[in-house]
Amino acid sequence: MIGQETLAEFLAGLEAVADCAPYPRVRLDRGGWQSLVARLAGSDWGLMAEWGEPDEIHVALRDESDGEIRIVSHRCVDRRFAAIGTVRPAAIRLERAIRDLWGLEPEGLDDRRPWLDHGRWPVRQPLALRPRDPSPSSFAYPFLTAEGEGLHQIPVGPVHAGVIEPGHFRFHAQGETVVRLEARLGYTHKGIAGLATGRTIGEVARLAGRISGDSTVAYALAFARAVEAATGADVPRRADWLRALMAELERLANHLADIGGICNDAAFAVMLAQMQVLRERILGVNRALFGHRLLMDQVVPGGLVADLPPEGPETIKHLLYGLHKDVERARHLYENTPSLSDRTQGTGILPSALANRFGAGGYVGRASGRGHDARRVPGYPPYEMLDLTVPMLLEGDVNARVMVRFAEAAESLRLINRILLELPDGPVRADLPLRAGEGMAVIESFRGEVLVWVRVDEAGRVVRFHAHDPSWFQWPLLEAAIKGNIVADFPLCNKSFNCSYSGHDQ
Amino acid sequence: MIPPISKLLFRALTRGPYTRRGPVAPDPDGALELAAALGERARAKLGRSLAIREVDAGSCNGCELEIHAVNGPVYDLERFGIRFVASPRHADLLLVTGPVTSNMAEALRRTFEAVPSPKWVVALGDCARDGGCFAGSYAVLGGADSVVPVDLHIPGCPPEPARILSGLLEVLERAAKG
Repeated sequence: MIGQETLAEFLAGLEAVADCAPYPRVRLDRGGWQSLVARLAGSDWGLMAEWGEPDEIHVALRDESDGEIRIVSHRCVDRRFAAIGTVRPAAIRLERAIRDLWGLEPEGLDDRRPWLDHGRWPVRQPLALRPRDPSPSSFAYPFLTAEGEGLHQIPVGPVHAGVIEPGHFRFHAQGETVVRLEARLGYTHKGIAGLATGRTIGEVARLAGRISGDSTVAYALAFARAVEAATGADVPRRADWLRALMAELERLANHLADIGGICNDAAFAVMLAQMQVLRERILGVNRALFGHRLLMDQVVPGGLVADLPPEGPETIKHLLYGLHKDVERARHLYENTPSLSDRTQGTGILPSALANRFGAGGYVGRASGRGHDARRVPGYPPYEMLDLTVPMLLEGDVNARVMVRFAEAAESLRLINRILLELPDGPVRADLPLRAGEGMAVIESFRGEVLVWVRVDEAGRVVRFHAHDPSWFQWPLLEAAIKGNIVADFPLCNKSFNCSYSGHDQ
Repeated sequence: MIPPISKLLFRALTRGPYTRRGPVAPDPDGALELAAALGERARAKLGRSLAIREVDAGSCNGCELEIHAVNGPVYDLERFGIRFVASPRHADLLLVTGPVTSNMAEALRRTFEAVPSPKWVVALGDCARDGGCFAGSYAVLGGADSVVPVDLHIPGCPPEPARILSGLLEVLERAAKG
């Protein structure tokens, strides 16, 4: 699209809302919002997140051509707004959730079914100015249908066979072949945005670290950076480097567990056992050095709760030395086991066009030719000093998602080594200035891009909080990738996506 | 070429099983002793097996990660005949994690009803006690005991694998007392 208007040009001339850092937030009137929706139909402006407030709708957009990020807001005077989901399917579920939570009506959206609201809360539209009474009649969720001879339905969940999070999957199958899959989520909705309102920054940091337990460092870091942007805090350099160290340890532990889990779902249990041993080594080091196996509550606005103990670098180097060899060995085993390759190659193919259309991040995007990584664009310290390599493949099958994980795990090992070599000295925590403001931060979790937007007041309390999980743009793609595969390959495909239920439902 | 799987299996044979070695101080919590004791108790009351059905009633997935660890080769719950099963109908014990969300309450209740008696319920993690940091939300009912009768609570956010083992031991002690 040569000569196309950039996002910044489109929004030029509009005054940015005061005190929103580091990305400008601009407000559009009804007409402006409608023309934005029209532009989104044909532009390569990527949708990052969409969320509400009692009387306002926000959307975070990134111009993929120059990486510029903007937040666009629209005051919904009559509690309605033109739906972005009409032109961007990735926004459909976000807007259904906005209707459920804030009671803002996405105009033009065909799908009128609720998403997070299962008709079981004591109120409807709980985050609206005036929540409504619950509906008196019970509610049956109409799944999308598939019709034809010999089709049957398979309902699965919300309680699954394994030790995993709850969600419902409705398959339409013909014999063994999946004709349509539709997920129904929202079972783990805990109302985190509502809980955060009015709490202190410290309390919300704890909540943010529990949005998705496997990405606790990424979420805590995104919240911390958003608050630091809002208040204009200066974080010590050593804290930035140690945060990256923790984030890479988290990424590594999760990728290894995923590789094991995927192979296990292809009936290759020995890989799971190997990977769990490696993961346990990482978690043991986390526990010894930071006091928590998953590193919860370590990253806080202003820096870190504690410095790396003096024996830290030596302990981690020892860990790296063993891990490097063992991960290489596991990759060799993976690549040279034909019965395993037979299951993973050509299974659950996600076409590149869909990955781009939904803006899928993480290994899901990178295995299908979308090489986006928040550590590079927009980037945050200290990654600009680390020559990050982002692996990318084009096949889009389960095998590609495994190989991307292997490559990222190797890269994390390298990064951790570099961080230890170049770790600056100094304090790891600075006082947060008490200042009102808005901030947004984008952090790469092992799963993809985590976005947190926050507004704080002068008293150090959170006024509004929104966190966006990468799974929002990955769950719908799983439904596309499984189509035409056999039902028995669903666990394999699902694990290769490993979307978060809790992060999505919140 | 020698297939990598043969190399791996040979290494496993010569090296022996994985225990909690490595850069961390070995076995600070006495996890292995706990695990051994748990094995005996389980046999006394339940023959040679204890079947556990796990239900995530709305957790952040942190507790599930530690349950996976208990199941893994380092803690290896299964060597004591204790295992996680796919169906509540095969289970003796329901292990509930997370605050119970409104949207999961009915699924939890139905899963409990599907477990044959005698049965036990263990609430795992701080959220499962009283809702933890999610208590007070419109979408959260509270701890696991807001929906099912709880026999024991294992604290922690999330509880470490050694603590999960010691918690299961406590359940079996109570079960032995009748």
